Parts: sequence; C-alpha cells; structure tokens
Amino acid sequence: MNAPAPLDPEVIRRDFPIFEREFHGKRLAYLDSAATALKPRLVSEAVSAYDERYSANVHRAIYAIGEEATAAYEGAREKVARFINAPDPHEIVFVRNATEAINLVAHTWGWMNVGGSDAIVLTEMEHHSNLVPWQILAQSKDADLEFVPFDAEGRLIMDSWEVLLRTKPKLVAFTHKSNALGTLNDVKTMVAQAHDAGALVLIDGAQAVPHLPVDVQDLDADFYALSGHKMLGPTGSGALWARRELLETMPPFMSGGDMISSVHLRHTTYNEIPHKFEAGTPAVSSAIGLGAAVDYLTTLGMENVAAHEEALTAYALDLLPREVPGIRIHGPQDAAERAGIITFTLPEAHAHDVATLLDREAVAIRAGHHCTQPLHERLGETATGRASFNVYNSTDDIDRLAAGLRGVQHIFGRSPATAGA
Amino acid sequence: MDDLYRDEILEHYREPHNFGTLDAPSASHEGHNPLCGDRITIMLSVDDTGTVSDVAFSGRGCAISQASASMLTDEVKGRPLAEVEEMKNQDILDLLGIEISPARLKCALLSIDTLHRALDSRDGEPAPETSGVSV
Repeated sequence: MNAPAPLDPEVIRRDFPIFEREFHGKRLAYLDSAATALKPRLVSEAVSAYDERYSANVHRAIYAIGEEATAAYEGAREKVARFINAPDPHEIVFVRNATEAINLVAHTWGWMNVGGSDAIVLTEMEHHSNLVPWQILAQSKDADLEFVPFDAEGRLIMDSWEVLLRTKPKLVAFTHKSNALGTLNDVKTMVAQAHDAGALVLIDGAQAVPHLPVDVQDLDADFYALSGHKMLGPTGSGALWARRELLETMPPFMSGGDMISSVHLRHTTYNEIPHKFEAGTPAVSSAIGLGAAVDYLTTLGMENVAAHEEALTAYALDLLPREVPGIRIHGPQDAAERAGIITFTLPEAHAHDVATLLDREAVAIRAGHHCTQPLHERLGETATGRASFNVYNSTDDIDRLAAGLRGVQHIFGRSPATAGA
Repeated sequence: MDDLYRDEILEHYREPHNFGTLDAPSASHEGHNPLCGDRITIMLSVDDTGTVSDVAFSGRGCAISQASASMLTDEVKGRPLAEVEEMKNQDILDLLGIEISPARLKCALLSIDTLHRALDSRDGEPAPETSGVSV
C-alpha cells in the first residue's frame, strides 16, 4: 500500500460549483457532510447527461438510447461493487439510501427468519435508521432487542457485546462509524465474533463508505448498507450489498414491474437478483450519478481521503479545546478512533443557537440529536453541535468554526477570561 | 453576528421568568420539538374569575425557545383565560422581536403550542398521543 498522498482542498473545491456562491460575503465552510455531502460537477454532469441525452428506461427499451441507459445504470452498479470490493455486481441492490437498504433487509430477510423469542442485537449508538426498522420487526414478531452500550468516550463496551452474543442472536446490526460521535467500530472483529455466535451481521456503512476504504469481503459481513448522497452522489441513490445466497432466498421487498420473470393472473415468478429487489423504474439518473461519485472518490483514492479527514479531526481535537474555553467534545478523544466528525456542546449556549450564529459566518454545522436520540439520552444532552468533514474541507474551515464559537461565547456572555470558572 | 440575539432575549434565556412548577395546576402539558428533542412543560392555574392566576414552565432548550416561554408566561399571567386562548403564533413572534428563520420557527413557537395544548387538556380533551412502536 502506498503512503497516502495529501489532498489539496483548495484544488478540490474547484470541482464543486457550490463554492462559487458566497454567503454573507464569505465562502461556505460546509461542516455538515455527515448529513449530506456536496456534489462535484462531475456528478451533476452525469445526472444531466442522462436526463438530456439518453433518458430512456432501463432493461426494456430496444433502441439506442435505451441500451445506453441500461449500460450506464448497470455500469454504475459495477462501479459501486468494485468500490466496496463486492465479489459480484449482482449482489448490489440499488435503493434510495441506507435507510431503505436496512428496511429492505428487515422486511424481507427479517420477516422470513426472525420469530418469537429470537434476539436481535443492536448498539446504543445506532442512527434511527438502524433502530426503528428492527423495533417494528421485533414488535411484529415478538422478538427481543438487545443493545450494546458505549463508554464515556463513545466506544462500544466489548464485554457487554460478548455477553449479548451468548444469547445466540439471529442478527446483529451495528454502524461501521457513528454518525453522531464519529466512533470507528472494530467491525471486522465484531463480524467474526457474531458469526462464531451463529448470527448474521448487518453493517450500516452510511458514514464509513464516504470516508475510508471499505472491503465487504475482508469484513466478511452479510449485509452492508450505504447512502449515495453522503459519498458525493445524488440524493435518492444508495445501495444494499448482501451475499448472493441470502438475496436469492429473500422474498421481494416492493413488487411490480421489472422485478418479475413472468406474471400470470394468479401467480408470478420473480426476476433474478438484484432486479428482484428493484421494482418499477429505478432512480436511473441518481444511480448513474452515484457511479460518477465513485469515479471521483476512486481518483482521489480512499486511503488519501481517510488520511485527510483523520488529519482534520486531529487538528480540530487539538485546536478547539485551546481556542474555545469550556467546549465539551463528545466521543473518542483520539483522532485514530473517530473519523471526520466532531460533536460538541458549549456550556453557555444551546446547539441550535450556536448553529444559527455560525450560519451568519457562513459556517454550516448540524445541531440537534442527529437522528440518534437514544445516544443523546445516554450523553445526557438533548442536542449537540456536530461538525463533519469531507474532501473539500481544510484546516481553515476549522479555524473559522473556532472563531465562530468564540463569537457565540462572546454573545452569550462568557469571556475567555472567565473560562473554566 | 451580534444583531440576531438582542439583549432581552439573552436575559430571558439566562434568567427565565416563571421557571419552575406549580403544585396544583388547573392545566399542564409537556411539549417537545421533534427536530432537536427539546422539551418544555407549561403549567397554569386559573382562578374562579377565569383569570390565569399563576403560570410556570420548566424544561431545557435553546435561547429562542426558553426566551419565548419566559416572555409568554409573563404575558399570560393575570390575563383572562378567554384572551389567552385567543393568542396567536404571531403574538409570540412579536414578543421575541427578532428575525426567526424558517428552521427555527418550531423553537419560537414551542411555548405557545404547548400552552394551547395545556388549555385543550383542561377542557377534558387531552392532546392526542401520536402512534408509535414499543418493544
């Protein structure tokens, strides 16, 4: 493996038309990529090329642009498969987002395989998207949900995890990287341990895939969910990867056109995977745009992306406590254990007020519970601020965040001289 | 940056008026902002003459929602119930007197929404529980 080559965010920003805009006279310091990433020109061009030049339906049109559309759509599937090192593009199901990927598994594999008294093990740091579908399944099937807690630094408590595995769960589902704290979980070890306990494993990769190299074969998981819009792709794009033998035995999710092999008035046979799970005309342009985003990230190199974001995380972990008196940073304090996300609270101001005031400085952060209310209950906070990084961010953005937070403290009446009092 | 939060808002945030609980309220409701998870509870006492004789709020939230609750409770204390029931969202926005972006409107209106729900519950029609899942 080559040593990571440093990314130059100033050069990268030229690929993102949004930076041509100014807000309050300033360049946007976009620190909310964990919610959705900005889109490079390459992606919007790929989307509009389909819309303007070959916007035929896929898998059915017997004319030139129909074949182009099918080739581009299936080509995007191959790109996503290569990007996460899936062994076979047929194991990639296009969905709208990671939420839909997880719902697909809960409603198909889950309904078929989870019964009364079966256990599903989750963690207390899950995004609502990897929690609520399992609550609904558990309630419907009278199954049990168990949760791995996390410690004061936002790391899963592995002793508890090992105890919960002794309940012989049917499924364990956990996030690769916490969207709220940035914690990187030791997913490879967890997959191996879960398999030893006889469980299948679903990994929510919505936050991990945009930020580090992901190899589903190396991880050896069973299901892996990702969102295209968090990895520089269009909204409405996402994918579920699952092992072929699982996909083949799972019943359909949505049903209708394109997912069929043959239809009669009283019975239907289903199409082959992945088409069995892609009923109706799919989001063709979004999938093609996701393929373009994968090309862009591949050109940058995911090792380089990961190194860039770890460096920004380390910079923020060092700078913010020095520059912003009293700031509380939640989650792991070591940049190697978290990726690209800094979650914080100020003693004197609520996260919503912080975000409103930072907006005046063209610094965009997320404020709230980040779709992780149980995690926030455990933190003892109703709301936190979250700054998240991507390839177009630089240390300058973090400097502007720090200056903005000092401004908030000034307005809310805590001068640096009284800090720590 | 400075013009957004005028001093009066910050004073209400730092030292909210009518903060606490009532022992035997005539009406009470806990409201929450689903966007951020902030919660406030408003309690009112109504005397025999139909006047809001006492009011209190509790809970945590941003400066906008806390100042709004503080100002609203000041506004309704001592007022005839009939007038309080007629209060509109615009009344609380006028009290705040600052620019409220669409994203923050729910923060600004949490107090008046909670107040109205408390009064509804007093009429024997508790605010409907939203449906959900429980395991």
